[in-house]
Amino acid sequence: MQTTFHIRRFNPESESPQSYFQDYQLATERSDTVLDALIRIRETVDESLTLRCSCRGAICGSCGMRINGHAALACKTKVASLISSGETIHVEPMNNMPVIKDLVTDMAGFWEKIRQVQPWLQPTGSAPEGEYLAAPEAMNHLTGVMHCIMCGACVSDCAALEVNPNFVGPAALAKAYRFVADPRDGNSSSRLGELNNPGGMWDCTRCMECIEVCPKGVGAMDRIMTLRAKGIEHGVPSTSGSRHTEAFADIIEQKGRLDEPMLAVRTFGLTNLRQMFSFLPMIFRALPRGKLPRSGPLHRPIPGIDRIRRLFQRAKEPR
Amino acid sequence: MKYAFFPGCVSKGGCPELYQSVKQVYPRLGIELEEMTTASCTGAGVLQEKDLRLGDILNAHTLALAEEQGLPIMTICSTCQGVMSQANHRLTTEPGYLDDVNRVLAEEGLTYRGTTTVKHFVWILLEDVGEEKLRQAVKQPLTGLRAAPFYGCYIQRPSAALGFDEQPARAQSLETVITLLGAEVVDFPGKTRCCGMPLLTINEPGSLQMVAHHTSDAKEHGADVMVTPCPLCHLNLDGLQVKAAKHDRREIDLPILHLPQLLGFAMGLEPRALGLKRNLVSTTPVLEKLGVV
Repeated sequence: MQTTFHIRRFNPESESPQSYFQDYQLATERSDTVLDALIRIRETVDESLTLRCSCRGAICGSCGMRINGHAALACKTKVASLISSGETIHVEPMNNMPVIKDLVTDMAGFWEKIRQVQPWLQPTGSAPEGEYLAAPEAMNHLTGVMHCIMCGACVSDCAALEVNPNFVGPAALAKAYRFVADPRDGNSSSRLGELNNPGGMWDCTRCMECIEVCPKGVGAMDRIMTLRAKGIEHGVPSTSGSRHTEAFADIIEQKGRLDEPMLAVRTFGLTNLRQMFSFLPMIFRALPRGKLPRSGPLHRPIPGIDRIRRLFQRAKEPR
Repeated sequence: MKYAFFPGCVSKGGCPELYQSVKQVYPRLGIELEEMTTASCTGAGVLQEKDLRLGDILNAHTLALAEEQGLPIMTICSTCQGVMSQANHRLTTEPGYLDDVNRVLAEEGLTYRGTTTVKHFVWILLEDVGEEKLRQAVKQPLTGLRAAPFYGCYIQRPSAALGFDEQPARAQSLETVITLLGAEVVDFPGKTRCCGMPLLTINEPGSLQMVAHHTSDAKEHGADVMVTPCPLCHLNLDGLQVKAAKHDRREIDLPILHLPQLLGFAMGLEPRALGLKRNLVSTTPVLEKLGVV
């Protein structure tokens, strides 16, 4: 099938180093991956097209790029899965990292953030005579996260990183989870304390892009949520993120449904009155339109709230 | 077409115009609703940050109530939909999990057998009401109106829990409905991205940047209006648009409609009946474009 590839090009050594799109026509087979097609373009049409790849079998994580707007491994994406009758395939370098040339990005920042979470086992106590052993059932839940091949797809499509480059990001947090949840690691509290800082686990916006684009099913955002739960469990200092979560749960236990003004007050509390007050213009616009929800005693619990409260209590009981 | 109606907290809180507008449109589509008054909040993915299993227990309770009624659930919020879909997916696919949760429900005399389906209103329009009936309900096609879809994360991802494999048309459901109502779809890259709402508490400038970026990008692509099936997105995109514009030092003024409000226009309903006065960004330009005022 004749296929058009709409590829973002960038050459820093050109006279005017601006990125631009270039179209390539290529005859593709049903069995072709996007990587096969790109390599064929490079070998038969335009040898200047630059891309990075190695294993061609979704193991090395080298060929991460954005295909039709979402990060993916080019070697794991079949051309036939993207087109039915001659549609154009858009190919761009990964997002949230600098582009070196064409489809090749600079992963230095990615690795720096991975190093930031100290991705090595830190056992405490005296060393055993042999290996550090763990029961298989205590490690099963880590197998998913250990499938990570560091391709950067999750980082590329992370919405939180787009607005906050200091965010440590989904790949590093999934890696952090791998050690926080490892029964042999003795440094969980200190790790969670670090992750509780600005740029850490509370800076994720829960958009699930990382879950969707991961070629290995690591589910980074789910790991970040577990880190948050573990942080609360370990009593890390409160942040507006953790206060929001705690207040949300309390309100649902008390009322069965959300009390939005109360949630805002309990989240920002007296610690951030400036932010609270910055919402006043919006509140004054909403007030005359009857858009402000009821709160406090005026906001009644749902019928059957006693059952909801019992479910909360039973959920806390040991299984 | 009868459903157990799960309105969600925000349609009865910060976005009462959503509840008001869906009440106006559903009877005209042959839909019957029985509101679930004793079902709790889904947890919105926030409670799940603290205790995922507790969230699943609460949602299993809701799913069991609907199962007892023998009805599928209708949601009108992308977040409610996504959180319940995810809970349902875990309960019905993870070995032993449903039994564990049912042991908690059993003390309330409830069991969840895993048979309840949960559908957002936008999916119901296409899968149950159907294109033909929807077309018949359109009394004033929205000809000339350029509408940008904005989904909300939870109704797009993770696609495995949302039934996209079985119902691939769900991924473009908003565009399909906009087209059926006679309006023109304005495609733009941000339509499936995060609105910034969950980031508001921890990184307000980042959240506002998302609002400013998506709304102005849709406008630059030619949108007269943005339409969303998620009231949480609406709170950010509409409620905080003025603040976001100030933060980003630009003018935006893009009206944001709830899906049932757009549908109500096409049905020829009065703007007042659709709660338009509650939208914080003026919707007058939309009404003018449609020749309603």
